[in-house]
Amino acid sequence: MSFSISKVDKRVGRETYLADIDLHLESGSQNVILGRTLAGKTTLLRIMAGLDRPSRGGIAENGRDVTGVSVRKRNVAMVYQQFVNYPSLSVFHNIASPLKLAGMAKADIAARVREVAAVLHIDHLLDRLPQELSGGQQQRTAIARALIKDASLLLLDEPLVNLDYKLREELRTELREIFGKRDSIVVYTTTEPSEALMLGGNLVVMHEGRVLQTGRAEEVYRCPSSVTVAEILSDPPINVLRTRVDQAMAHLGDGLSVPLDGHLAGLSPGDYFFGVRSHHLFLERQHPRDIELHARVELAEINGSETFIHMTYNGRPLVVQEEGVHQRRMGEAISFFVRPRKFYIFDRDGALVRAPLFEDA
Amino acid sequence: MARIVLDDLAHSYRPHPTGQDDYALKRINTVWEDGGAYALLGPSGCGKTTLLNIISGLLIPSQGRVLYGETDVTRLPPEKRNIAQVFQFPVLYDTMTVRENLAFPLRNRGVSPADTATRVMEVAEALDLVSVLDAKASGLSADAKQKISLGRGLVRSDVAAILFDEPLTVIDPHLKWQLRRKLKEIHDRFNLTLIYVTHDQVEAMTFADQVVVMYDGEIVQIGTPQELFENPEHTFVGYFIGSPGMNLLPVTVDGETAQTGDSRIPLPPALAEKARAAAAAGATLTLGIRPMYLGLEDAGTGRGVAARITLVEDQGDCRIVTAAMGDVTVKARVPEGRAIPSQEARAVFPPEWTRIFADGRLLK
Repeated sequence: MSFSISKVDKRVGRETYLADIDLHLESGSQNVILGRTLAGKTTLLRIMAGLDRPSRGGIAENGRDVTGVSVRKRNVAMVYQQFVNYPSLSVFHNIASPLKLAGMAKADIAARVREVAAVLHIDHLLDRLPQELSGGQQQRTAIARALIKDASLLLLDEPLVNLDYKLREELRTELREIFGKRDSIVVYTTTEPSEALMLGGNLVVMHEGRVLQTGRAEEVYRCPSSVTVAEILSDPPINVLRTRVDQAMAHLGDGLSVPLDGHLAGLSPGDYFFGVRSHHLFLERQHPRDIELHARVELAEINGSETFIHMTYNGRPLVVQEEGVHQRRMGEAISFFVRPRKFYIFDRDGALVRAPLFEDA
Repeated sequence: MARIVLDDLAHSYRPHPTGQDDYALKRINTVWEDGGAYALLGPSGCGKTTLLNIISGLLIPSQGRVLYGETDVTRLPPEKRNIAQVFQFPVLYDTMTVRENLAFPLRNRGVSPADTATRVMEVAEALDLVSVLDAKASGLSADAKQKISLGRGLVRSDVAAILFDEPLTVIDPHLKWQLRRKLKEIHDRFNLTLIYVTHDQVEAMTFADQVVVMYDGEIVQIGTPQELFENPEHTFVGYFIGSPGMNLLPVTVDGETAQTGDSRIPLPPALAEKARAAAAAGATLTLGIRPMYLGLEDAGTGRGVAARITLVEDQGDCRIVTAAMGDVTVKARVPEGRAIPSQEARAVFPPEWTRIFADGRLLK
């Protein structure tokens, strides 16, 4: 089954929750919607499910318009952030409920329930009540209930956000495997760039009710269409330097200039934003062509294996992400280094002009 | 107040506990030094919130004592202890302005209007809230509201410790950095003891000077982020800290080699000797190496152990490579730009980063 969202708007009173959404999802595809809180992810998911109607535009399955078709008549399964389970039913009956509603035979139901529960490692908990389970187990129960329907559209709205960090890591790997084996269209929303990159598949970046960019996750990462996309898809956020380009040089401020070589060649004069990822800034010179910048340490965060140095350069906040433990005191003057060929070039409106070239596969 | 001491603390939520399993906190003896920044880190159900609630006074422990300096505060409620708390959800008066919210705790204590105004301004500046001082709290973003919650604790000059219970849960990832930066600045400026509960190891490790790792009601290790990363005392710490966690392989030791299946991994002689001694005494041995330190080389080099690459995940700044060494799976963290062998490879275990655990405890 293919699924389309065409020219969808959603307005509530004077607020625009969604504007001009056009998406086409192929059968068996895994799609991740990445955006900050209030970007419109949940609103979009509810419209896809048939729980809400758009103010304009429509949704279609296999070319057939299903806008306004009640969710009961659709073949959709949904998992929410707050693990929703029937509190008075055992895990077994929670998972079985969609099949019971569909009138399936008891023996068949039992077999299906055990199968799905095994996939999610909760087959030893079938007799328990939800309140007797840990958060992770409750969420697996909710996911099992969604999976058992074998719905053509599987929607998950930040399903792991209320779980332990470690549990999230483990469930994410399991979920990716589970999704890969199904024909359903899977749509998964998240606010975390690392989760979006780890899940892979097709990425939809949303911001303030609009879709900013779609594509394979690695491609959007390598070629973000704007500063906003680059910022949403990086953690720590991508560093942005205001730059003025003239005939021969790019001026980064503080008297620092770089010649227009390599992928900077041929840039027309004007104002730009140069973006550089925090792990492409270093505390020591890596290469003769590196340029050296100076700033003061505002904060050094060490997590045991990496150090994050927060600074301000030319009035803008920057973060250097470096492997290993590097002690730096607050207020300390430091140098940091960047290879010009790692710069992302964005124009004064924030649109991507040039991305760094990538040598390896 | 100087320091917080937890003396033989234990807690069961049941009125008549019959065994260890009935205890949410098993045996806690520890000291929190004045002015330190601590993170209480552990999985759901490990007892960290129970411990925090005992320190704050929201819970009276079934056993043991809590001392602030020399004073036994075990049975004192939170408002009688000189602490402030920040919870997962902002706690403030929605209908009041930011200024009124910050001033409230001082007005309540009868502080003069002049002193209140000075203190409110100082805290608002420290938290970057000056521009919204006269805005109604209800219209502000989640992170601004959390800052107000924090500010209400900071305004009180008698506050010596601030306790946080998963305060960044409702905050967007791109704003968490800014809030953590604020917390560090506050810590340095006001010199308070900060105790921070979280299940997120990134938060704990970047925030704290000392991380207290808990599991199943007990403190498993206290140390700096670096100590926890490089020398986890327990396989649980190796697993829980780090993303992905430490590779843990069951091994036997023969001479100066650790063995799992057909794989032979060289050990430093001193460590090998300790491992053999532990095994002779009946211990089960586990070899640990963090993904960051595990090397992956082309099959041709002949170094290390034979491995077959089964999965490569691109995380942007690095790749996580999963490889099979016989029946055992390992993960390596390969920086961006470094080549990864295509399928057949060699897994290299640098001796200085190879650890051995006997019955789950680090051999030193």
